[in-house]
Amino acid sequence: MEWYEVLVQQTINGLTRGSVFALIAMGYTMVYGVIELINFAHGDVFMLGLFIPLTVVTLLGVSTTLVGWQILGVLLPLFLVTMLVTGAINLTIDRVAYRPLRRAPRLAPLITAIGVSFMIENLAMLWKGPAPIPFPDLFPNVDILNAWLGIDTLIYFTTKDLFVVVVTLPLMLALELFVTRTRWGKAMRATAQDRETAAAMGINVERMIMLTFFTGGALAGAAGLIQGMYYNIGQWWMGYQAGLRAFTAAVIGGIGNMPGAALGGLFIGFLSAWSDQYISARWTNALVFAILILFLVFRPQGLLGERPPDRT
Amino acid sequence: MKFWKITAAGAALLGLLVWAPATEAQKQCPKGKIKFYTSWPMQGAMIPEGTGMKNGVNMAVEEAGGVVAGFCVEVVNLDDASPQTGKWDGAVEAENANKAVADPDTMVYIGTYNSGAAKVSIPINNRARMLQITPANTYPGLTKKSGAAPGEPEIYRPTGAPNYVRPIPADDIQGAVGARWAKKLGHKKVFILDDQELYGKGIADVFEAEAKKIGLQVVGHEGIDFKQPDQKPVLTKIRATGADLVYMGGVVETGAQVVIRQMKDLGLVMPKVRFIGPDGLMEDTLISGATCEAVQAVGTHITFASLPFEQLTGVGGKAYRTYKEKYKIEPTAYALYAYDAARVAMEAVKRAGKKDREAIRAAAFGLRGFEGINGKFNLDENGDTDSKVMSGYAVENCKFKFLEVLNF
Repeated sequence: MEWYEVLVQQTINGLTRGSVFALIAMGYTMVYGVIELINFAHGDVFMLGLFIPLTVVTLLGVSTTLVGWQILGVLLPLFLVTMLVTGAINLTIDRVAYRPLRRAPRLAPLITAIGVSFMIENLAMLWKGPAPIPFPDLFPNVDILNAWLGIDTLIYFTTKDLFVVVVTLPLMLALELFVTRTRWGKAMRATAQDRETAAAMGINVERMIMLTFFTGGALAGAAGLIQGMYYNIGQWWMGYQAGLRAFTAAVIGGIGNMPGAALGGLFIGFLSAWSDQYISARWTNALVFAILILFLVFRPQGLLGERPPDRT
Repeated sequence: MKFWKITAAGAALLGLLVWAPATEAQKQCPKGKIKFYTSWPMQGAMIPEGTGMKNGVNMAVEEAGGVVAGFCVEVVNLDDASPQTGKWDGAVEAENANKAVADPDTMVYIGTYNSGAAKVSIPINNRARMLQITPANTYPGLTKKSGAAPGEPEIYRPTGAPNYVRPIPADDIQGAVGARWAKKLGHKKVFILDDQELYGKGIADVFEAEAKKIGLQVVGHEGIDFKQPDQKPVLTKIRATGADLVYMGGVVETGAQVVIRQMKDLGLVMPKVRFIGPDGLMEDTLISGATCEAVQAVGTHITFASLPFEQLTGVGGKAYRTYKEKYKIEPTAYALYAYDAARVAMEAVKRAGKKDREAIRAAAFGLRGFEGINGKFNLDENGDTDSKVMSGYAVENCKFKFLEVLNF
C-alpha cells in the first residue's frame, strides 16, 4: 500500500469507529445536559443494543447475509425493536436507580450509576457467557471501490462502512432536529436549563427526564446494533470501554452539547485510528485520555460548549 | 477369659512390632525413610486431574520399588483447595508447605498445579532449602524474568538460591517454538501482536527475539487494546507492511477472536497471511467467537506445550502404556508430568545420596541429560527444562487437530 492509501484507509477506519462513538456520546451528553448525571450505565445499554438483537435474530433463525428487500425488511424492524427495548431499559434504570436520588447530593446518583453499570455487565456475562460472541453477518460486505466502481485500489470502502455512515448520520440529524425544532425538544431544553422554572412554566419535568433517558437509550441501542453488524463480535464488557471513549468524546465536544458530542466522537475516532497507525496502538489510549485531560484543564467547555455557569 | 484376651492382644502387638521392621527390611531400605509431599487441588472439578497427578507420582515411586538410594519413599498427598470455594487457596497452600517443612522426613515438595499457589509455597520451601518440583506450573515469572512481573523471580527466593524446578516448559518457550515453526512453514515477514498482559506479552517478546535470531523479518510489534472490539486500524497497519504472518500472544479472553475475525474482513487470509498463536488460544471459544470460517480462512496454527499421548516415545510412551494398564483410564493432561516430577525428585535424592534437603536441592539443579516423557532434557540454573518439544495444531472442520511434533 502507498502512504496515501494507508492514510485514506485509516481515515475510513476512524470515520466508522468515530460514528459509533458519536452516537453513544450524544446520548451520554443528552442525559448529562438534563439532569447533570454522568450515566455510567450508558455504555452498558449500548452493549445490550448488541445482545438484544442478537437474541432476536437467533430466535428467528436469521444467520445468513441478507439480500435485496430483506435488508430493509429485516433491518428496519430490528432497529425499531432494539431501540424501543434499550430505550425502555434506560428509562427503567432512571426510574429505579436515579429517580429516588433526584434530590440527593450529586455524588449519590453517580455512585449508583457505577453500580448499575456493574450490574448490567455481570447480568450480561451470566446471560451470554464470558467469551466473545459472534454476531451474524447480516449486512452484505461488498468492496464498493473495486467491485462496483471498478477502481483499481488497495483501499477498502465496503458496503458495511457505507452502512455505518448512512445509518448514523440521519439518526444524529433527527435527534438534533428533535431537540432544537420540536415542542418536546424545547421543553427538554428548558428542563435542562432550569428545572424549577421549567416546572413553574407548566412543563412536566419528570416526563421530560423520562423522554431524555428513553431517547438516549434508544440511540445507544442503535449504536450497539450498528457495532454488532459492523464488527460481528461482542462481549459482555464491551460497554465499559466504549462508554469511556464516548464520555471523553462528550467532554471534548462540550458536555451537554449534542453537536459537540458528535464532533467529539468523530474526533476521537480519527485520532485513535491515526494513532494506531502512526504512533503505536500501545499509546492510543494514553493519547486519547491525555487529550481529555488537556481539554479539562485548558478548555473545560469543550469544542462547542459554552463556559459552564458556576454552581455554588 | 480376661487374662487370655490381654495375652492375645499383647502377643498381637508384639507380633506387629516384630513384623513391621521385617517389611522395611524386605524393601531393603537400610538408610530409613524419606517423604515426598504433594500439593494440588483434589476437590470438585479438579478431582480427575488431581487424581491423575497423584497416580502419576505413585506410578513413578512404585516403578522404583518404593526405594531410592537406600531410602524408602513415602508419598503424602495434600489438597490445597479451600473446602468453601473448591479452588486453590493461598492460605491452604501455605499451611501445606509449612506442614511439609515441619516434617523432618520431607525431602521434596511436589506441586503445585496453579502458578498462583506456587507463588505462596516456593518461598516457604526456599527458606527450608527444600526442593520443590511442579508438574503443571507454566507461568514464566516463577523462574525467570521474561514474561514476569517486576521483582520476579527473586521474590520467591529469600535465601538467594533457587529451590524450584519444572520439567514442564514455561509458557514463554512457546514464543520461541512458534518462531521456528513460522520459519519452517516458509514465512518471512512477521507482524507480532500481544494483549499487553503478562502471559501474552511474555510469549510475544520471546517470539520476537527468536524470530530475529533465526532471520525472520519482524515488521512490527504492537500491543492491542483488547477491550476495543475494533482492531481494524492495527490490522490496516499490518496490511500496509505486507506481513505474511500475524503472531499473537494472548488468551481467548483478550481479543484474539476480534483480530482473527477482522483479519478475514480485511482480506488478510491464506495464502497471503497466516495466524499463529500459543496454547492460551486453544479453546473452543476461539472458534465459536471468531467464527469457524474466519479461523480457517487465516490458517490458524497453534503451538501446544506438550505432546499428544500417542506421539510419546521412549520413557513417555512406556509411561503412557503402563498408566493405561494400571489405572484403566487415559492419563489426564498433567498426570505424566507428575510422573516426571516424581522421577526428577528420586533422581535428585539418588545423586545426593543422603537425607539432606540442601544436598538434594543442589543435586536437582545439576541435572543433565535426564530422560523425561518428552525426551532428554537438562535443568538450567533457573530450574527450567531446556526441552522445546511441543505439538503444532491447526483448525480443520471447525475443530483443533494435531498436525505435527515441533522438535526444535
